[in-house]
Amino acid sequence: MCSYIVEKTALVGSAKGRKGWMRIDTANVYYDHPYYSTLDHVLAIDFTNEGEGGRDRVAVELSAESARALVERIEAALASGEAAHGVPVAALSIAAE
Amino acid sequence: MSFYQGLQAETVPFRGHKGDQGEAYYARPLRAGKFPGVVVIHHIPGWCEWTTEVVRKFALHGYAAISPHLYFREGSPGEAPDDLGARMRAAGGVADDQVMGDVAGAMAYLRAQPNSNGKVGVIGFCSGGRHTYLAACTVSGIDAAVDCWGGNVVVDDPKALTAKRPVAPIDLTEKMTCQLLGIFGNDDANPTADQVNRTEAVLKKLGKNYEFHRYDGAGHAFFNNMRDAYRPEQAMDGWRKVFDFFNRHLATSAASIAAE
Repeated sequence: MCSYIVEKTALVGSAKGRKGWMRIDTANVYYDHPYYSTLDHVLAIDFTNEGEGGRDRVAVELSAESARALVERIEAALASGEAAHGVPVAALSIAAE
Repeated sequence: MSFYQGLQAETVPFRGHKGDQGEAYYARPLRAGKFPGVVVIHHIPGWCEWTTEVVRKFALHGYAAISPHLYFREGSPGEAPDDLGARMRAAGGVADDQVMGDVAGAMAYLRAQPNSNGKVGVIGFCSGGRHTYLAACTVSGIDAAVDCWGGNVVVDDPKALTAKRPVAPIDLTEKMTCQLLGIFGNDDANPTADQVNRTEAVLKKLGKNYEFHRYDGAGHAFFNNMRDAYRPEQAMDGWRKVFDFFNRHLATSAASIAAE
């Protein structure tokens, strides 16, 4: 691709990186050439806390196929989890934003 | 004298666009002599390990080579280049005029060294190939340029033009004054074979000094031996084309650089 196209989404959550656990508020998602993977293109996600400057990140590089499988499994986990536990209030407020 | 000569590689400070001080990876032959310089422009993901290997490869072949870290402004020296690349991407990417200033600064660094023979070439890969084409049209003092599969030299979607990248490089071809070598894989999606043909048509029409080499069975980044895209046969031939080209245009004597 060779592009700077980035899909950005707000998050409420936390992630564990080099310095241990941190709050995250943003995910930058893109499909482009990787930094580390041997694949030609990857679906990359950078989890950051832009409210704190966005300097630290937790990063993943996934094949397109496995990224799509992950999306499905996330949806499945949410569906089964919410069926068992109910929809948390915080999640409802994020979904409405 | 050994066949493989010694070299020294290190990270050095350099002055880039508007005099900003950043980091660059610099490698040179250890033996005494005057050497041509090569600026190596890294790809979008950042100042990666493969880029440093390319810089050392040039030094092994008798060049003083430097790769400026184009994203140094996003962080501090010593921070992981991939993290700086991620920040740059989130900020919409690097501006063309800033990259051109950094390339000019890296060229000045090479020419300021006592080992310089005064000649400087530029080579870039992926987005760095596009930057190379742009530099060949807008930066003075380049003796030879090598565009390796630079995407978006031809811009078919006007929405791809932004404040940071306001002009399609192809539209600046008239201003190109240096020799140009283009290396492309015919299976590449950016640039496509059609876009490479259209670029060549403009160069030909404007009477520019260029040579293009296209490879079957290769796509994007086929020199990169850290990627599945690596195609050893095509890459070996491509590197021979690169060294032959730079040897012809950057050597100051009739003798081969590699044989010095």
